[in-house]
Amino acid sequence: MRKRFDKKEFVHGLKGGMPIAIGYIPVSFTFGLMAVSGGLPVWMAVFISLTNLTSAGQFAGTNLIIAGAGFLEITLTTFIINIRYMLMSLSLSQRIDKSMTLGERLIAAFGITDETFAVSSMEAGILTYSYLLGLILGPIVGWSTGTLLGALISSALPVSLSGAMGIALYGMFIAIIIPPAKKSKPLAYVILISVAIACILKYIPLFSIISAGFRVIIATILGAGIGAILFPIEENSKEENIKEGETI
Amino acid sequence: MSLQKAFVAIIIMALVTYIPRVMPLAIFRKEIKSKYIKSFLQYVPYAVLGALTFPDIFYSTGNLITAICGTIVALILSYKEKSLVVVAIGAILTVYITGLMIL
Repeated sequence: MRKRFDKKEFVHGLKGGMPIAIGYIPVSFTFGLMAVSGGLPVWMAVFISLTNLTSAGQFAGTNLIIAGAGFLEITLTTFIINIRYMLMSLSLSQRIDKSMTLGERLIAAFGITDETFAVSSMEAGILTYSYLLGLILGPIVGWSTGTLLGALISSALPVSLSGAMGIALYGMFIAIIIPPAKKSKPLAYVILISVAIACILKYIPLFSIISAGFRVIIATILGAGIGAILFPIEENSKEENIKEGETI
Repeated sequence: MSLQKAFVAIIIMALVTYIPRVMPLAIFRKEIKSKYIKSFLQYVPYAVLGALTFPDIFYSTGNLITAICGTIVALILSYKEKSLVVVAIGAILTVYITGLMIL
């Protein structure tokens, strides 16, 4: 019989989460900066990071809020971007301690990000609640702290520098997708198709009625959909591909 | 957007972020069988990050030329498999320096 709270497991999880927490700080810093320079109050920027705990989804959603988009567009965009967590949650569900209660599952699920998933996937044996709780704690604190710092510093930064920081997030997205695309042709094609469609929708006047959020949704569904039809991934190779991802 | 509306939008965002995380772990507990759906789910993060980045990155700095320079540096550094933070800082510095040279 496993103990409900195992301190050793918890500390082991905390240690695994530390590098993730540190890595999150510059990314969430940029988020805090962006949200506040877009007109949101500091507490709201931190509130977004605490409740969403995700990068691409909350960056896109916050951009849409700042742009004054509608609820439907915001909902669909963030949902599509975050759909990938379903796969990670599924994979984790095969590995966790089967005696975990519903409440414990609800808490552990909140902390699933690309990085916590990658770290816990490398872990041998059954994943206990104590371990998972320790693992997600650091990243949650790191993500919110970075946001708070960026939000507070936003007004103190010179305009030329805060303008330059606008490219940071996109730079990180590029850093996430290029290395795996170098190794996998299907991934490279998926990215190229999706980028091509996003550009077509943006620049061809016929499609100018499509807003930014829907543009990303359409490009994603077509890019990933065409990729799945042309290059379906055979079993076994699943795990490795996800581990290479570095988005939160 | 009013603060109140923004607050509602954030709650919705939090929900649609949490739902995909929690559903399989708490409810389904089964595996998806179709290799096409699995592949689709696996390609989604890459497709989404690509579509989020391009062409918007070119308008991220308020100046097309500095943004293009930053993008090129980010692409080169990523191709050399530098870490996320290095790529981001490299792009920021490039934009900052080219901005100083142009303006």
